[in-house]
Amino acid sequence: MESKYEAVIGLEVHAQLLTETKIFCGCSTKFGNPANTNVCPVCLGHPGVLPVLNKKVVEYAVRMGIATNCTINKKSVFARKNYFYPDLPKGYQISQFELPVCEKGFVDIVCADGTEKRLGITRIHLEEDAGKSIHDQGSETLVDVNRCGVPLIEIVSEPDMRTPEDAYLYLTKIKQLVQYLGVCDGNMEEGSLRCDANISIRPKGQKELGTKAEVKNMNSFRNVEKAIALEIERQIEIIEEGGRIVQETLLFNADTNKLASMRSKEEAHDYRYFPDPDLIPTIISEEWKKQISDSLPELPDTRKARFIEGYKLPAYDAEILTGQKELADYYECVLKETNDYKSASNWVMGEVLKTIKEEKIEISDFPVSPENLGKLINLINKNVISGKIAKDVFPVLLKDNRDPEIIVKEKNLVQITDTGAIEESVDKIISSSPNQVQEYLSGKEKVLGFFVGQIMKETKGKANPAVVNEILRNKLNTLK
Amino acid sequence: MLPYKNHQEKLNLIKSGKLSLLENVKYFLDRAEEKKDINGFNFVFKEDALKSALDIQKKIIQGNAGRLAGMVIAIKDVLALKDKQLTCSSGILKNFISLYTGTAVQKIIDEDAIIIGKTNCDQFAMGSSNENSFFGNCLNPCDLTRVPGGSSGGSAAVVAAGLCDAALGTDTGGSIRQPAAFCGIYGLKPTYGRVSRYGLTAYASSFDCIGPMTGNVDDAELILSVISGFDPKDSTSMNIEPALSGKDYEQTSKYKIGVPKEYFAEGLDTEIKLRIEEYISFLKNSGFEFVNINLPYTQYSIATYYILTTAEASSNLSRFDGARYGFRSDYEGSLADMYTHSRSEGFGEEVKRRIMLGTYVLSAGYYDAYYRKAQQVRRLFKNDFENAFKQVDLLITPTAPTSAYKLGEKSNDPLQMYLGDIYTTSANLAGIPGISIPAGVNKQNLPIGIQFMANHFQENKLINISRFIENNFKNGK
Ligand SMILES: [Zn+2]
Repeated sequence: MESKYEAVIGLEVHAQLLTETKIFCGCSTKFGNPANTNVCPVCLGHPGVLPVLNKKVVEYAVRMGIATNCTINKKSVFARKNYFYPDLPKGYQISQFELPVCEKGFVDIVCADGTEKRLGITRIHLEEDAGKSIHDQGSETLVDVNRCGVPLIEIVSEPDMRTPEDAYLYLTKIKQLVQYLGVCDGNMEEGSLRCDANISIRPKGQKELGTKAEVKNMNSFRNVEKAIALEIERQIEIIEEGGRIVQETLLFNADTNKLASMRSKEEAHDYRYFPDPDLIPTIISEEWKKQISDSLPELPDTRKARFIEGYKLPAYDAEILTGQKELADYYECVLKETNDYKSASNWVMGEVLKTIKEEKIEISDFPVSPENLGKLINLINKNVISGKIAKDVFPVLLKDNRDPEIIVKEKNLVQITDTGAIEESVDKIISSSPNQVQEYLSGKEKVLGFFVGQIMKETKGKANPAVVNEILRNKLNTLK
Repeated sequence: MLPYKNHQEKLNLIKSGKLSLLENVKYFLDRAEEKKDINGFNFVFKEDALKSALDIQKKIIQGNAGRLAGMVIAIKDVLALKDKQLTCSSGILKNFISLYTGTAVQKIIDEDAIIIGKTNCDQFAMGSSNENSFFGNCLNPCDLTRVPGGSSGGSAAVVAAGLCDAALGTDTGGSIRQPAAFCGIYGLKPTYGRVSRYGLTAYASSFDCIGPMTGNVDDAELILSVISGFDPKDSTSMNIEPALSGKDYEQTSKYKIGVPKEYFAEGLDTEIKLRIEEYISFLKNSGFEFVNINLPYTQYSIATYYILTTAEASSNLSRFDGARYGFRSDYEGSLADMYTHSRSEGFGEEVKRRIMLGTYVLSAGYYDAYYRKAQQVRRLFKNDFENAFKQVDLLITPTAPTSAYKLGEKSNDPLQMYLGDIYTTSANLAGIPGISIPAGVNKQNLPIGIQFMANHFQENKLINISRFIENNFKNGK
């Protein structure tokens, strides 16, 4: 049944930037070091220390801003967001408030039915990450400050999404972009990409927005979709029962698949934002902006268009191949070895993706080098092996990633194209199958399949099927 | 009495063998012990000072010593010095040891100064009388029943009492200049950005300045030239000429001096007013041109200053919460209880008053009316001074409306106390430099201070006029 309500969804995405050092001090951002070792007086918030902005961080934010069609503000200002928490050493987080580094952008998504949707981006601002509170070690809460000061960008969308699927696609797009730009590894499970959702509902056709609730703690793409769907359901139920939505923050629990209220509006913080007097405004000159813009890698949409245009791939193939930068890179490396664009696409989208899915690995860990996959494709095209044999060679490649030509030779899989050998085999089958010969001569073309099958059996599949077909027809026709 | 007038003379005496640096340091240490009742020092680094004295004496003889070689300097206890207590005269940091040394302090160490100890001050530099210290009141060496001024009261007192050669203070709204005036020494607040703030425990980040407090102009200039300059650890610091050197001293008599009438209005002690007039006529007779100047926004200085500084302070002091370092209350309870009790027990009354004020002016619904408005007024202050300095090189004003007052006289009336900052806060609002020079004593034998202010990065003019007066004015003391 078509719902009479429409959901309005906006996302706030935090992306941890892949800089070597923290945003306001020289400490390493390396993940996984022993607790409280990536620290110095600055990120420990000791008395008298001052933050100094890491320029690289600004560059990364501007990259994302350009990639999402934002206006890059010539002047942006850091502000303090004040609240008390043990993993926040200064008692405030340095963020941006009134003047963020990027504003007013958009991304386009392609929905399942093929329609395109343009989703607005309100702003992208810079901020520092907080530390981690560890609650599960004895009765005391411990604090690890390593993450304090790791640079983040917060990407705030316009409330332009209408369905959980929109949100999923938007988030996928953001992940795709940060990965293409090399500014964030995009790993939601490890927390380098985090997402909060603002959700409200309204009767279809109504202009004004309903009261929104914020959902936090969704640590995977699927959970985002799930939690948003749950929240929409919850709000519809409340309205249907004549209730009222209260503005609150909810936590998604992935184990129970449930939402739980964390705090209401009355309990909400007053962050007392004000410009951070320790930092001067960040000025992004036209020249710097151009430099960053010129150094941007090719973005997914451009790459997709190039794949369709340059490699004559179907849009579907191009979409899948460019969906992930590493996959597109892999595909293009295969093309360094072979000119058969479509076969390469088929192999990457077929066997490669299938294996990755089954083995639950990343493309970067995929054992077959693109060079060897390209060689395998070439062996087929040069009639050294058949496509069918290639499917048998592939598992061997997966195991030890060696030159497929050597594997084929070692296993004696080279296709028989020697017409003499095939003729011999054909003669043998024809003379031992008089009944089938009669059938063929009486016009039953289908019987040809029988002969081919027999010959393949005889040659253990190594005979070149095209050659077999040709010789077979010639020989049979002379019997007519 | 010390056998030298300034650092250059001291160095010459050491070089010629007429003065032993070790004896000199011992003298200061003994005297500090003797004058303990002034309560100027929170900590005295006896062993370190004696050891440095031996090392530096050697360097001086060998001829490879730094520019401040052997100068015995006390530093205000809001400045970070590695492995030493950094208390800010507050209970919340009473056991805190700094992990690092701040830039200005490192610079004087690199030039071979000897750090004799850390001086008493108002908690977190909040106060004008040094009566807000966890370590108790510091007394004015000129009259032990009176305050030394604040917040750098300890720094002023130890210099005035002759317990060291010089001191570093900090000035957020007059905290170098006013105690210098109360104790009869020189106190120079540099241009905001001239000296790195790295290592200065922030009270109000866009106001705080580190500066020298000395017994003579030469030493003030020398110390300032050492601690100045851009610091990659402080994005608000700058490297701007003219550097200080006194090389343009002969230009001094061409200076045009402005007299802002708002600084001589109601509330100014008559004796101070007369003394300044005396100085003005001396300078006029020496050929200086004087101009009357209007600084109409002066009446808003105290309100603007207290809104902006408390706002910044409320945020700057959030880090002292008992969670990671510093004092933590024994009270057992929730996380919120831990915060509340640690901060309530750890901070002094004036600090808490300012944190609450600052929290209020930044709160949702009040931000625009207070904080934003005050920021706008601050801009007008800057314009006021910019216009003034189009007409004149210097402004002459009193440093404070009164001389040193009795202990306890104003401590129960914060508003009255705040009004004492009326002549000094403007320089911090505008970010310009100011100096307080001693101008004799009043009938009660209490020092009087005169303030000069100059445009951004024109400390050379302050030094030149101060030196001119030091060299030529004979009637005062
Ligand atoms: Zn650090």
